Amino acid sequence: MRMLAMALRSLRREWLSGELGVLWFSLVVAVAALTGVGFLVDRIGHAVQAQASEVLAADARVESPEALAPLLRQHAQDLHLQSARLTTMLSVVFNGDNSHLAEIRAASSGYPLRGALRTAGEPFAAGTVTRSIPLAGDCWPDSRLAAALNVQLGSTLTVGALPLRVSRILISRPDQGSAFIEFAPALMMNDADLAATRLVQPASRMQYALLLAGDARALEPYRAWFEARARPGEHYANVADASPQIGDAAHRARQFLSIAGLVAVLLCAVAVAMSARSYVARHLDSVALLKTLGASRRFVLGTSVLQLVLLAVAAALAGALLGWLTQLWLLRTLAGLLRTDLPPAGWAPAFIGLAVAIAMLAGFALPSLLQLTKVPALRVLRRDADPPPMRLWLALFPAVIAIVGVIYATLGQWTLSLWFAAGFAAAIALLTVCGWLLVRLAGRARGGAGLALRQGLANLARRRGGSVAQIVAFGLGVLLLLVLTILRRDLLHDWRTSLPVGAPNYFFINIPTEERDDFRAALLAAGAKPERFLPMVRGRLLTINGEAIDKRPGHSGMAEREQNLTWSTELGDDNRIVEGHWWRPEDTGKPLVSIASEFQESLHLKLGDRLGFDVAGEHIEVTVASFRKVKWDSFRPNFFIMFPPGLLDGAAGSYLTSAAYEPRSASALTELVRRFPSVSIFNVGDLLAQVRSVIDKAVTAVQSVFAFTLLAGLTVLLAAVQASRDERRYETAIMRVLGASRSLLTRSALAEFAALGLLAGVLAASSAALGGWLLARQLELHYRSSILLWVAGVLGTMVVVAASGLAATRPALNQPPRSVLN
Amino acid sequence: MTRDVVLKAEQVMRQVSSPDGPLTIVRDVNMEIRARESVAIVGPSGAGKSTLLALLAGLDTLSAGRIWLAGEELSALDEDGRAALRAAHVGFVFQSFHLVPALTALENVMLPLELRGERNARDRARDMLARVGLAARAGHYPRQLSGGEQQRVAMARASVGEPAVLFADEPTGNLDSVTGERIIELFFELNAAAQTTLVLVTHDRELAGRCGRVLTMDGGALV
Repeated sequence: MRMLAMALRSLRREWLSGELGVLWFSLVVAVAALTGVGFLVDRIGHAVQAQASEVLAADARVESPEALAPLLRQHAQDLHLQSARLTTMLSVVFNGDNSHLAEIRAASSGYPLRGALRTAGEPFAAGTVTRSIPLAGDCWPDSRLAAALNVQLGSTLTVGALPLRVSRILISRPDQGSAFIEFAPALMMNDADLAATRLVQPASRMQYALLLAGDARALEPYRAWFEARARPGEHYANVADASPQIGDAAHRARQFLSIAGLVAVLLCAVAVAMSARSYVARHLDSVALLKTLGASRRFVLGTSVLQLVLLAVAAALAGALLGWLTQLWLLRTLAGLLRTDLPPAGWAPAFIGLAVAIAMLAGFALPSLLQLTKVPALRVLRRDADPPPMRLWLALFPAVIAIVGVIYATLGQWTLSLWFAAGFAAAIALLTVCGWLLVRLAGRARGGAGLALRQGLANLARRRGGSVAQIVAFGLGVLLLLVLTILRRDLLHDWRTSLPVGAPNYFFINIPTEERDDFRAALLAAGAKPERFLPMVRGRLLTINGEAIDKRPGHSGMAEREQNLTWSTELGDDNRIVEGHWWRPEDTGKPLVSIASEFQESLHLKLGDRLGFDVAGEHIEVTVASFRKVKWDSFRPNFFIMFPPGLLDGAAGSYLTSAAYEPRSASALTELVRRFPSVSIFNVGDLLAQVRSVIDKAVTAVQSVFAFTLLAGLTVLLAAVQASRDERRYETAIMRVLGASRSLLTRSALAEFAALGLLAGVLAASSAALGGWLLARQLELHYRSSILLWVAGVLGTMVVVAASGLAATRPALNQPPRSVLN
Repeated sequence: MTRDVVLKAEQVMRQVSSPDGPLTIVRDVNMEIRARESVAIVGPSGAGKSTLLALLAGLDTLSAGRIWLAGEELSALDEDGRAALRAAHVGFVFQSFHLVPALTALENVMLPLELRGERNARDRARDMLARVGLAARAGHYPRQLSGGEQQRVAMARASVGEPAVLFADEPTGNLDSVTGERIIELFFELNAAAQTTLVLVTHDRELAGRCGRVLTMDGGALV
């Protein structure tokens, strides 16, 4: 109680006297940065998820070739998940005597749960968003079907036994790009009419889907519940499974935002460590006095820890509030990009912010506080009686535990965490060694300099330990900011190069072998830029190393489905071999296969495994020769499974390509459909627009987070400069007593801080180039070095440190020397 | 140790390490100080006066010898034990005042009482501040007080707990002569009233002359 009263009174007094300002402020900014980033990442995460979910028209789907048990939907409702039914099948649709194979899509109300349908009055028009589905008795053919069957609004199309009136033309639906197995054009109708078509027969090939949307906390238990009771053929798919393109973009966005958040956290740690050190330095005298007056070590430690905890709680509350307000402000700036109907960010980031702030205090401030208890009482008589130096393990161990814990908690991935931690530790070691050498060098090189510069450099060299500590701190702050800048630049560059303006926006499937050259010519004549033409054949994976696929434990739905297979001589620059080798001339016709890494991971394959396929009724056995990393977001024809040329040539049914194509009019496409009736055309422009929108949002988020991290970094720099202010005030006063002019003192301070900034900047920029390269490799980004960035880093650090140092020493320069020296 | 001896030193020695080997700062000090006695320790700079004071008050540890303070042998106590002993029996006045900058004058004076856990700390501190003539400055912070006022607060703080022994290290060293004289008057007045034992380190011959006994140090030893 006595301790608490003492801690409270002391806290109040120190607060009023301004002594605690820097520590409190750095804690507030730390927590604000953390929670602001957390709240933002949380909401952006929702936005990206929501946008990505549109590709599924839901957050998740349960799919099966058999009718789904009503219990599945009932359980979803019990968990307060939104749900809708979608039944698809292939059937011939008639318009009088004209007929065309179409994919019939019968949806229940609520479809799509994510994203929106666009409809128009004529095929291939821009269309408008609609929130409804076709009424019972109506249908919406898509542009390709409407063009092929030559229908207008009001026409009647017959589906099975049921005539349906064409009330709109379907221009786009959110889930049209989720897979390219839907060769046929589509017709949407109401679920209520499905029975009347009489198409649902025991032998018909139906695909039943239950669309689900809602809170991830409800979806996860649903998935677990479902998987425990799933029947053969039933499977659960979410965004990551359904669309590698969106999955890649969302994953990259989250990973990058996490790193940006982590940079803010680490800057906070630097600020906390610095503030705690200066807090302890300021309290050495008071504690020595308290001990002289009879205070025990327990009392000293207790009051100090209590003070710090009270301060931390107050700072955490203020910081969380500031972080929340910042996030609101950021959302305002992101208005129009983020969905306004998103649920607000949860409180989790605030609690995580508080928890991490406490972890940071324990890791970085507690060791310094323990030093306080070791201050000898003798200090009241002899100012040089300092506490014994801190044991290295005591200083480092809690900090390392806190850093590793926070890194892993933020990144949630050991490989990346270890890379990041290794880079971080190497940077500190490098900065310390180089900083020490440079400070030594600067001290020796000052001989020929003028008085001000000599004085400044002498100050640097005399307080070598302090100077190195500041160089490490400044350097680390700048280093992290520069690494972020390099990564951000590379990430943006990668995203932009992976989605160039002329990215393919149409896929053409089912191009008969004999029409391939004519079709290419027609595309070129129409002004399109076709990509590679790849042959395509459907096949099913049956065995792995002679073992039937459905007997393998944990086999996934990916393997059960029919796969699209291809063969090619060229690898393509959007494919990279990660293991094994690509086809050499002598591999032609050999029973080999190259597998995409997603497929490899799903089936736990390794090089040399033998895979048995059923291709058009023929069994072939092939050996895995390579694994490929595919950039799905190139929007060029790509396949999970590729064979060498000469193996399946006879089985080629058709070809597939994609092209960047801007039709001069809607009728140009209609013409193409009529000239090549068997070719299926997919407009992936909408899917592309979705991916671009996701990337746009992610980039904006990254920039916002980056701005916040920059602010946190600047505050750390200021805190570091302020930490040494008392010492500087005293020295400046002595200098003035000895007759130094104000101008000399200003120039001397400028020289000292500019030199400090220069050294820190050189070290930071050089280490950042190295760290950026390492991280870019890990994140699979393309690293480009930049001299401009290096120079900007060095000059920027010099200017910021010199300006901050001068600003912080101004009060000392303005103060009459006697007030300091009496 | 006889009953009225409050401070006793026996063969006290303090060595520190230096680049040239061990350096002896205090050697062979033997002394006894009785209750209510006032003793001045004088000597040239570097004679070891302040180190001896620190040793006698338990602020520093001995290299050899023994010291008894208020009946307790200091070298037998750990750091917290010595702190508790000081809280109960010792008051301090320093050359550079050593007030806690974040606390007001009143709170500074309350501090020793609060550390002992005494209940009426505020009232007693207020009385003591009034006795040193600073009742009106109770709410002021050290930086708002003059040097003389700060030393008066320090004296009030040293005396408020009615310590058995009051140690003073150059109490007027940071004050001008007029203020110094006033402070000395006050100091001895408070001391006489409380009947405290006084151990004073000073350069000031006049101040030393007001003490009952003067011990002179040179080269780390009493001469």
